[in-house]
Amino acid sequence: MRLFSPEEIGEVLEMILFRELDIRAVTLSVNTLPAIRGDLSSALSALRSLLRPYLERFRPAVDKIAAKLGVRIVTARLAVSPVSIMLEPLGRPEDAVEIAKALDELAESHGVDMVGGFSAFVHAGISRGDEALMEALPDALNSTKRLSGFVNAASTSTGINMEAVFRAAEAVLSMRPEAAARFAVTANVPEDVPFMPAAHHGLGLPDAVINVAVSGPGVIEAVVRSLKDADLRTLHDAIKRAAFKVTRLGELVGREVAKELGVPFGAVDLSVAPTPKVGDSVAGILEAMGLPRAGSPGSVLALYLFVDAVKKGGAMATSTIGGLSGAFIPVSEDALMAKAAEEGALTLDALKAMSAVCNTGIDMAGIPGDVPPDVVAALMADVMALATALDKPLGVRLVPIPGGRPGDVYELGGLYGKVVVMDVGKFKEIPLAKRKGVVPPSVWRLRAG
Amino acid sequence: MELVVVSVLGADRVGIVASIAGVLAKHNANIVDIAQTVVRDIFSMVMLVDISKADVDIAGLRAELEEAGRKLGVMVAVHHIDVFRYMQRV
Repeated sequence: MRLFSPEEIGEVLEMILFRELDIRAVTLSVNTLPAIRGDLSSALSALRSLLRPYLERFRPAVDKIAAKLGVRIVTARLAVSPVSIMLEPLGRPEDAVEIAKALDELAESHGVDMVGGFSAFVHAGISRGDEALMEALPDALNSTKRLSGFVNAASTSTGINMEAVFRAAEAVLSMRPEAAARFAVTANVPEDVPFMPAAHHGLGLPDAVINVAVSGPGVIEAVVRSLKDADLRTLHDAIKRAAFKVTRLGELVGREVAKELGVPFGAVDLSVAPTPKVGDSVAGILEAMGLPRAGSPGSVLALYLFVDAVKKGGAMATSTIGGLSGAFIPVSEDALMAKAAEEGALTLDALKAMSAVCNTGIDMAGIPGDVPPDVVAALMADVMALATALDKPLGVRLVPIPGGRPGDVYELGGLYGKVVVMDVGKFKEIPLAKRKGVVPPSVWRLRAG
Repeated sequence: MELVVVSVLGADRVGIVASIAGVLAKHNANIVDIAQTVVRDIFSMVMLVDISKADVDIAGLRAELEEAGRKLGVMVAVHHIDVFRYMQRV
């Protein structure tokens, strides 16, 4: 009796060898709060001493498991505790920039592709440490290469902090495109996200934990393309089965890396994440379902069906679902999303509507560099409102392109892809975005008791 | 047993099975199962190989098999059996 039929082996090989099935990220999440000190040099020294023992073993462990299984692990990432907490006793933006640079150097010298956690939770107000971090955002991201961060400006429990949203908008407009690609304003960001820029070591976690981010749109697109005339229930079922297999690979890799490192295995984020490569596109899945272009009428339906099937398949594949667990529609990081934006088929309004049924928001969309902060803040606040009203995590990652006009293209390269400048509309002033205060929480909060 | 799946794909020619099996034998890796076909001059082979008594690890074996594949002009891939167990069994 054979262990596997040749067809079963062939299916897996086709996914791995020809459909770009790989693991997007293995993220080592480390509690860096023990490095809190009252002065900068002691804090930096404590941070390095705390992280080095983990980092010396992390990349070798990831490479060893990739070689053992024969599966590509695209990135090895580090997530640290929100840096705003380390800044509480320090309180100075210049210290925040030094911590940012130290994290960037630690990542680079240990073969870690990205480091996340240059972040603050400000959804109901801004503390001393948050203030220092937010003030430092443009400098910190402009002077680093691997560092990522976010400002969580809204939550279902406490509402939307408009002042934080406005300041995040101003910060983004002061960033180079390469820096803005590593920053998001977020709502309801969970504590165990393995994806950047939302990754950080949240509260309630052990000192170190491994979280895994899967990929695999090419696998699902191939399945959808093979079912040209199938009814919707059959299509949903086929996506669900493929998503199970994709997520299962994440579960295996997470278990193996965690065992190799001797740290607990945390969560698998089952979100299907695209890359700019041909055949690795979420928009490709939506178009294969029967859309002329991503962003056309029917896009919300297609994305809803896709995300629902991915969740149902993924839920069986890993018991500990974490992070954002939906689907990503970053414009620049998905070749067909970028193409749709370039053609004008995909608009910011379409992205907002699609956010109602996925976990992204407006992600990796280019904007002209001279857009007024009111407009950027209002755009961000719309997504914060969706997240709060629907009780889910969403974010906004905008890339200002100096001198850019709608339809222009800016090449960021690598996983970031090709940024298309999108039309933000004709309005120059949006007074609502400048109002102070916090939008109160929604009725979800009341229902929670 | 520690099982790995060795898969070979490419244009058919004389000596593919001999060459791949030669690398495995050299390192004391035991072929447990084999399925091989040629369809329209495309050679396809999947082997289940026990490497528990082999004198190299999976990465070392993969490197040598890939080198043998390059000389033959065929693609060789090596994956741990757990990948198939996880993805194809509930």
